Amino acid sequence: MADENILLNVAGLSAAVDEKVILHDVDLTVGAGETHVLMGPNGAGKSTLGHVVMGDPEYTVTGGKITFNGQDITDLSTDKRSHAGLFLSFQAPVEIPGVPVSSFLRAISAGRPGVGDMKGKQFRKHVKELAEELNMDPAYLDRELGVGFSGGEKKKLEMLQLLLLEPKLAFLDETDSGLDVDALSVVSRGMEVYRKRCNGTLVIITHNTRILEHVDVNRVHVLVKGRMTAEGDASMIADIDENGFEQFEQAAAAAAE
Amino acid sequence: MAKQRTEVADIDRSLYDFSYGDSTEKLEAGLTPEIVREISEKKDEPEWMLQHRLKSLEIYRNMPTSDWGPSIAGLDMDNIVTYVKPNTDQKSDWDSLPDDVKNTFDRLGIPEAERSYLAGVGAQYDSELVYHNMQDTASRMGIVYSGIEEALHDPQWEPLIREKFMTLIPPTDHKFAALHGAVWSGGSFVYVPKDTKLDFPLQSYFRLNAKGAGQFEHTLIIVEDGADLHFIEGCSAPKYNVANLHAGAVELFVGKNAHLRYSTIENWSKNMYNLNTKRSTCDEGGSIEWVSGSFGSHVGYLYPMSILAGRKSTCTFTGITFAGTGQNLDTGCKVVLAAPETSASIETKSISKGGGVSTFRSSVVATPKAENSACSVSCQSLMLDDHSRSDTIPAMDIRCKHVDIGHEATIGRIGDDKVFYLMSRGISEEEARTMIVNGFADPVSKELPLEYAVEMNNLIKLEMEGAIG
Repeated sequence: MADENILLNVAGLSAAVDEKVILHDVDLTVGAGETHVLMGPNGAGKSTLGHVVMGDPEYTVTGGKITFNGQDITDLSTDKRSHAGLFLSFQAPVEIPGVPVSSFLRAISAGRPGVGDMKGKQFRKHVKELAEELNMDPAYLDRELGVGFSGGEKKKLEMLQLLLLEPKLAFLDETDSGLDVDALSVVSRGMEVYRKRCNGTLVIITHNTRILEHVDVNRVHVLVKGRMTAEGDASMIADIDENGFEQFEQAAAAAAE
Repeated sequence: MAKQRTEVADIDRSLYDFSYGDSTEKLEAGLTPEIVREISEKKDEPEWMLQHRLKSLEIYRNMPTSDWGPSIAGLDMDNIVTYVKPNTDQKSDWDSLPDDVKNTFDRLGIPEAERSYLAGVGAQYDSELVYHNMQDTASRMGIVYSGIEEALHDPQWEPLIREKFMTLIPPTDHKFAALHGAVWSGGSFVYVPKDTKLDFPLQSYFRLNAKGAGQFEHTLIIVEDGADLHFIEGCSAPKYNVANLHAGAVELFVGKNAHLRYSTIENWSKNMYNLNTKRSTCDEGGSIEWVSGSFGSHVGYLYPMSILAGRKSTCTFTGITFAGTGQNLDTGCKVVLAAPETSASIETKSISKGGGVSTFRSSVVATPKAENSACSVSCQSLMLDDHSRSDTIPAMDIRCKHVDIGHEATIGRIGDDKVFYLMSRGISEEEARTMIVNGFADPVSKELPLEYAVEMNNLIKLEMEGAIG
């Protein structure tokens, strides 16, 4: 990959919660416009990697560097990472009682080129169109953020935000969404639109391969016990589907020695 | 009311914290029968009122200060000026007021609010009402909204005031009720005749401008059978480094099948001791709705009380208290279920921050007559840091077999996961916390008229500024 095409470069990243190290010396390079998949068994640290790249203060970065779009963002606050063009869709989005979805969407759009300059009416129309694209009932926009939403509804709202903010790179934490057919189709739809319209760059976090059925994947990364143990092209997906992660676990154990 | 929330605009911190000079006429600080006589004489009151004042003073002197709740040791009555007359008479035209008074209310947005959505406005400056006006439509309906002292001089209303005045809140109720009885001044009188429904709210605004003074306004509202009224009360004061005292009294009489909604946004300055008493009684099928926001004051004791005296009368109470640095706000409400099939629903929120102390105190009494009545109390508290404090003290006195009384309380913090989620969408940490707190307060702001909801959101925003370490 030519250097000028690199959008995200994670180099030697280690991170811990309290004293417990979750990520060990992780490398990840993603080029603009590519689709990567981050796979691994439960508890491997996949979601953690997404959160650390987004700057979740729950984790302490103990080593390494994160470069995004040519800028060292290792110490940047989460909101500034978002404005730099990073996005993380959550596995389990939070609920914020009393905050209507519509005002929330307005607030997150503020200060962004394009969507932040729209007048109220134009903005509402834009949001409504995105909602329709995702088969989302516009009535959601009047509800309180996440309160009483089903898993599928929460996913829809995450995808709506992805399409609204048009980030340069999005981590989609889909660790569990394979369990829910409704959620699965929403995510697939969201990814498709994002890729086409925004020439989006994706890192899909999953251990379920069904979500990848209609996606052209450039690279696959396997994370086991907090270590990157394998990397390859899309053919790895079928292999993992058939043989699971056992083959990588030995390598991870050896690295931990 | 519109349910759409408004975008919150920036407001100037100096919005409440300004003063255009002192009123002209002050009595000596402290409290003596001479001062009480002087107040009464200035007001040219009926003899019964003077006697009421003197009797109240006697009660005040013999009554101990309560031994529960936040300390009021910083309040020295010998230093409080009980009567401060502004340098004007009452007007019904803002332009006729002296510039300092007019500018004060202009900056608080009262004349503008009157033009846009109110049926009538009363504005009190220190001890006296300086402005009173009501739309012609309301007066043609027979609604009376005037200064209570003015009504006391009107032979048509004097007997009714005499019959009701301080019967819901007798001077013997507590020490500051007695003080109120002795030195009360200003306030509003509202009378809504039978079956009369007013579509727009009436509003009173109380501004205490004088340093080291007390404000003791008396609000008396009578809503006759089948009538309907929304009354709004707002209050503020500039900050001084000496103690100020507010010991008002609000007495609300709700008739058969009548409805009264009483909304308050209290934003006294943080040198204020707010020892206010509010009480209502409802006849058969009557309903009282309280909406109460407490933001200001150094120390506050505030427990609006609803006496459900008639069968099937109801009460709802929606309240929020925000206690910041240096504030100890003891708020809540009292309900007396005194008739069969009454019902009360109480929902309160409290927020404490920067070492502030917020206490929710409730009292629910079901008398032996309260068969088949119900009362639910819910209190949610949010603590914004480790050195703030939040307490819940519910009291229930049930003297009846078939009643349904429930209480639930939760105390929580702002979840770090919520802040991270919002920040991952580009919202700054301060903005994220403000958004969560505003959302927490939303059930209350939804109940307020839009202009007040905006004011409340602004107050929260101000309180949250610099909250990030």
